[in-house]
Amino acid sequence: MLLIHCPYCEAERPELEFANAGEAHIVRPKDMSQMSDEDFEAMFFIRDNPKGINLERWRHVHGCGRFFNAIRSTVTDKFLKTYKAGEPRPSGDEIAELMK
Amino acid sequence: MARVGTKAATAATKDLIAARTFATAGMRYANATVTLDAAAPAARVSLRAADRGIGVYSRHLGFELPTTPGATASKGSTHALWLGPDEWLILDTKNANAKLVPTRANAAISATDVSHRNVGFILTGAGAADGLNAACPRDLSLEAFPAKTASRTILGKAEIVLYRTARDAFRVECWRSYVPYVWGLLVNGAQDAHL
Ligand SMILES: [Zn+2]
Repeated sequence: MLLIHCPYCEAERPELEFANAGEAHIVRPKDMSQMSDEDFEAMFFIRDNPKGINLERWRHVHGCGRFFNAIRSTVTDKFLKTYKAGEPRPSGDEIAELMK
Repeated sequence: MARVGTKAATAATKDLIAARTFATAGMRYANATVTLDAAAPAARVSLRAADRGIGVYSRHLGFELPTTPGATASKGSTHALWLGPDEWLILDTKNANAKLVPTRANAAISATDVSHRNVGFILTGAGAADGLNAACPRDLSLEAFPAKTASRTILGKAEIVLYRTARDAFRVECWRSYVPYVWGLLVNGAQDAHL
């Protein structure tokens, strides 16, 4: 069983308690009515879907209920780091350090 | 609440055209290592609170809400279970009519009576943790899940709240429509734990 560290429960929990919630750090528009269709499409539908390191939202849905963010490899399924929602996006250097 | 199925209850309800059957009435299973019982009717509140609300509801309860992950706090038959950073399950396991919802509304808290949403099961015995682990993926060792801690988790596909009341005693809270499914898994697990 894959164990995922929940930053709110401060402990590792079995993956069955979690749900993936798509790409992290997507900035929601302040005024959606002023967006062009192309900008809306890019914000709403277009995702990176990388092979390798991905920054994702997860939800501890059958636990504390909280959304949080994770750095995960889509190739190995390894979680490099999880952190609370609202914390800044990790820099490229930080991610490179975690991959060592 | 009268036990449905007893002679007294049958006689008392003879002239009625309908009777309420408690979802877990009569459920009991035991082997040499695990005993499963339906918990008595309880009062339950789903509490959401943050910052000032924690103090507001603690004063209503008469003891402090626990604020560390997994922690519980109790006074008599009233228990407060930490479920998330701003969420608790409040139980009175003896008094089903306990006034767990404050009579005066307060914007700092959201307290919803869910007494009839859940039912409880009591698991006791040396094989209780093993029996649960047949369907619950959590590490139930005493180091990872000590007595007097609680957590929302899953049992098979059903969401439950698991409260370890003592080393070899657990309370499982589940939604009442899950009862046949959850009971089946608990009995299966108890049988496996005894092998
Ligand atoms: Zn959590």
